[in-house]
Amino acid sequence: MPSRALSRALVRLLWFGVCLFGFATHPASSHGQAGIYDVDLTGRLAAESRWFPQTALFQGQGSHASGFVAEPNLYLEDEAGRILNVTPWFRYDSADDRRTHYDLREAYLLLSGAAGNGEWELRLGVDRVFWGVVESRHLVDIVNQIDLVEHPDEKTRMGQPMAYVTWSSDWGVVELLGMSWHRKRTFPGSDGRLRASVVVDNDLAEYESSSGKWHPDFAARYSHTLGLLDFGASVFDGTAREPAFGLCFDCGSPGVPSNSPGPPGSSGSSGLPGLPVPVLYPIYHQIRQYGLDAQWTTGSLLLKLEAIRRSGARNLAGVEETFNAFVLGGEYTFFSLWNTDADLTLFAEWDRDERGRRATNFYENDLFAALRLMLNDVQGTEMTVSVLHDLDKRQSIYGLELARRLSDAFSLVLGAVAITNIDRDDLYYDLRQDGFVQLGINYHF
Amino acid sequence: MVLRNKKGQESVREVRVKVLEAEDDGNKSLFVFDEPRDARGTALLIHGHKDRADDQWLYLPALKRVKRISSSNRSGSFMGSEFTYEDMTVQEVEKYTYRYLRDEPCGDGLDCVVTERIPVEKGSVYRRQLVWRDKSALRVWKVEYYDRKDAHLKTLTIGEYRQYLDRFWRAGSMAMVNHLTGKSTDLVWTDYQFGTDIDDRDFTRTGLRRVR
Repeated sequence: MPSRALSRALVRLLWFGVCLFGFATHPASSHGQAGIYDVDLTGRLAAESRWFPQTALFQGQGSHASGFVAEPNLYLEDEAGRILNVTPWFRYDSADDRRTHYDLREAYLLLSGAAGNGEWELRLGVDRVFWGVVESRHLVDIVNQIDLVEHPDEKTRMGQPMAYVTWSSDWGVVELLGMSWHRKRTFPGSDGRLRASVVVDNDLAEYESSSGKWHPDFAARYSHTLGLLDFGASVFDGTAREPAFGLCFDCGSPGVPSNSPGPPGSSGSSGLPGLPVPVLYPIYHQIRQYGLDAQWTTGSLLLKLEAIRRSGARNLAGVEETFNAFVLGGEYTFFSLWNTDADLTLFAEWDRDERGRRATNFYENDLFAALRLMLNDVQGTEMTVSVLHDLDKRQSIYGLELARRLSDAFSLVLGAVAITNIDRDDLYYDLRQDGFVQLGINYHF
Repeated sequence: MVLRNKKGQESVREVRVKVLEAEDDGNKSLFVFDEPRDARGTALLIHGHKDRADDQWLYLPALKRVKRISSSNRSGSFMGSEFTYEDMTVQEVEKYTYRYLRDEPCGDGLDCVVTERIPVEKGSVYRRQLVWRDKSALRVWKVEYYDRKDAHLKTLTIGEYRQYLDRFWRAGSMAMVNHLTGKSTDLVWTDYQFGTDIDDRDFTRTGLRRVR
């Protein structure tokens, strides 16, 4: 029931706002003489629709979903250069009440200053941090949880409460992060497409740590630029962003409609009345992850590497396994293609997870290839086609993205995902019918 | 920046630019895009070098991603305009060889020198450029750009010079006309500020994440 989810989301958003206001007014009021130097309210409203041309596999799923996104941004800067940046975020989805969700993407206080011949920076609050260089997946990037219901490409990130210190100078950049209030990964509800046959119920989530979501997590990164080389080495110690799953029968919370009593045939995954209803519950273990990212920028060619070593996580069999994974590849750009203003970029990357079939993702041994055409015209027209091909099986995921500016305030985004030849025993077999076309109009204010 | 196509239809771009001049190496510059609004907050950081290719980083605010990008993109259009990245970056003396051609009036009837300059870098889109410079203050009033086939590609007309701090001449308008496509771009510079307290800290990779 979208309306109930909507009101629930709005109430929580309001509560977030109240907390934030208390947080926001504190730094401003404690330094009375410093006036506000810059106030800026900007943002984005979007209307979106998704069509799934293939028949849905599970009851409750439809072939179409529409909705909207609101992403306002409030920016305050005082004369001392202190910055307060707040970006709440909300999506309404007509089909899936789990995709109707809100998030606080950003709400941080930012202080910075000189330190020797370098600088320091402190961010306190909710923020997003991006680490990495490759395109096919975001492997090293671990600070923020994935907002999976946004897009199956796992690239949209949620806000994370943190204290984040950056210190940089001639010798490089050191980042230190302390985090708490673990964010749970979002999953589609029973009425949503792009889900497994068994629905994930986030209200049943379990944590390995007895302090649950309040467990303090730490991360650090050192990065530097040496001539043509940019590299970073990172470590994360704390609550996993990627959950393992447990299976449970008839223990779904009221929040999952598939378990609520209803007329026969209206229930979600298992359908038949009287039979126990299975539900998946996420389990967040304590992990440690070492990460390495590097890019060599030479002429029109960019060579890239991302690698991780993660311990403490469970593999697909539910067994704890320390593993390595990497992405190796690059991109090459033909600038001013055929003497036009257009640029054409070719991407090729090899994704490898040494767990192979025990890997908990699509990227066991895959080749990613993509082509991006940027017309560099007044409309900023941009088109990307990509394929992620499994080297061990026949399966592939195709992607298309097209973006074009309509006016100063409006822009159009078209996207499509096609999933082909998924093996019967593959983790993503349940998504085999869930290719989609997506159209969105953005209004920037 | 006003972009005009063949039919005269206009679209507007707004960019803020910070430049830190250095004596021993190339300048550092930071471009922050304000308009069009879908590109707002996008920033381009350039560490110029006199003896090698520049270093460039792009900040993408939606992803909060700082990406090191190729600096080979010299011929590419700057935001869909008739200015290329090569035209937008600061003209270091070392990047050209020069030949005196003739004396000729230019600008508003000023006594000028016409010079031919040839880019040192092989990757340049231009075979040569003709530059009109007045003798009294060495201000550039006009540049003609010739492509690799030596066709007259573009003409840049510069005007509305003002002197700042009794020393620095800066142009208020730059009009670039592309003779092959009929398109043109007017670059209007306002609100020049000198001697502000910007320093190296405003031109770092980490600072890119703070731009507004």
